[in-house]
Amino acid sequence: MRTVSNPDSLLILVPAFNEEGAVGAVVREIRRVLPEVPVLVVDDCSLDGTPMVAREAGAEVMTLPHHLGLGGAVQAGYKLAFELGYQYVIRVDGDGQHDPACLPRILEALRTSGCEMVIGSRFLGGRAYPTGLVRGLGIRFFRLVLRPILGQRVEDPTSGFVGVARPALEVFSRSFPLEYPEIEALVVLQRKAFRFREIPCRFRPRLAGRSTITTLKSFYYILHVLLGVFVNVLKYEGRRRRRGP
Amino acid sequence: MTGLLNFFTGLSLALLILVLISVRRAHIRVEYSVAWLGAALALLVLSRYHWLLERLAAVLGTADAPLALMLVTGCLFLLVLFRVSMVVSELKDANIALAQRVAILEFHLRTLDEKAPTSG
Repeated sequence: MRTVSNPDSLLILVPAFNEEGAVGAVVREIRRVLPEVPVLVVDDCSLDGTPMVAREAGAEVMTLPHHLGLGGAVQAGYKLAFELGYQYVIRVDGDGQHDPACLPRILEALRTSGCEMVIGSRFLGGRAYPTGLVRGLGIRFFRLVLRPILGQRVEDPTSGFVGVARPALEVFSRSFPLEYPEIEALVVLQRKAFRFREIPCRFRPRLAGRSTITTLKSFYYILHVLLGVFVNVLKYEGRRRRRGP
Repeated sequence: MTGLLNFFTGLSLALLILVLISVRRAHIRVEYSVAWLGAALALLVLSRYHWLLERLAAVLGTADAPLALMLVTGCLFLLVLFRVSMVVSELKDANIALAQRVAILEFHLRTLDEKAPTSG
């Protein structure tokens, strides 16, 4: 992977922690859909064979020296992508929940909408995606909380299937929430007067492993994210709205 | 009351000695020992000068001087703990930034190694 100057350059970012059962299939699927696009797996100091499996599947692998958590891993990828000059980065989780078939549509939306962030939503397009009771309630709760803050409705605020354009990449490479980053990242963007949109995407069950967010952790998640949202809202930022490209 | 104040004197002296030994052995950096030394000295002064403690109790609106000393002790330790939380947060941020930078540099090094022609 080298410095790029192409104004349409895209990097697929796959954060992974102990995902040796899924990450290989995820990388191969991405490469089938977008064969020319580099795939960077950010290995969050996995204890299993995640980096080896990812390399064998054709990804570039960046291994963190110790476990930083999802936000730290994603931000490391954003920093590298920004330094290498990439214009667009799309994050695909290493557990196989995000369908790579949606990648071209996310890229197209990034290129044509003028938005700095495009979110792949599991709830748009008439799809009913099964979530746990607490998680489902949490998503509804955050839709209500975020509506007045963002000034627009967001259907899937916890989706990690997210594409960002270079201006957002620059912001995130400097400042990115470390735990449960998805919702706080939306508020960070709003504070910079950036825009986002959602497009319908298919989500699937995990290919392997289990989610780290248990029922008990869901309550902690809600409290933690709520605090993070209000801290970001209280931070003073210049409120000048950027002009679209 | 005297027994309790003597206990606080002993506690503050023990804290002072512990912190000074820790600084001498480089277990605590000097800049982070200041808050603990300040707290220990404040406790020592208040537990030895009864008139000062009684004035403080009057200001706090209680006739019970040991209670005032306990309140001051609690507040001092809360302040020190808050300071420690700030330092830990700063260290965590620095640690994350360093870990990310190491990972990025290692990634570049591996890329260079793969590109370099093999000799021998």
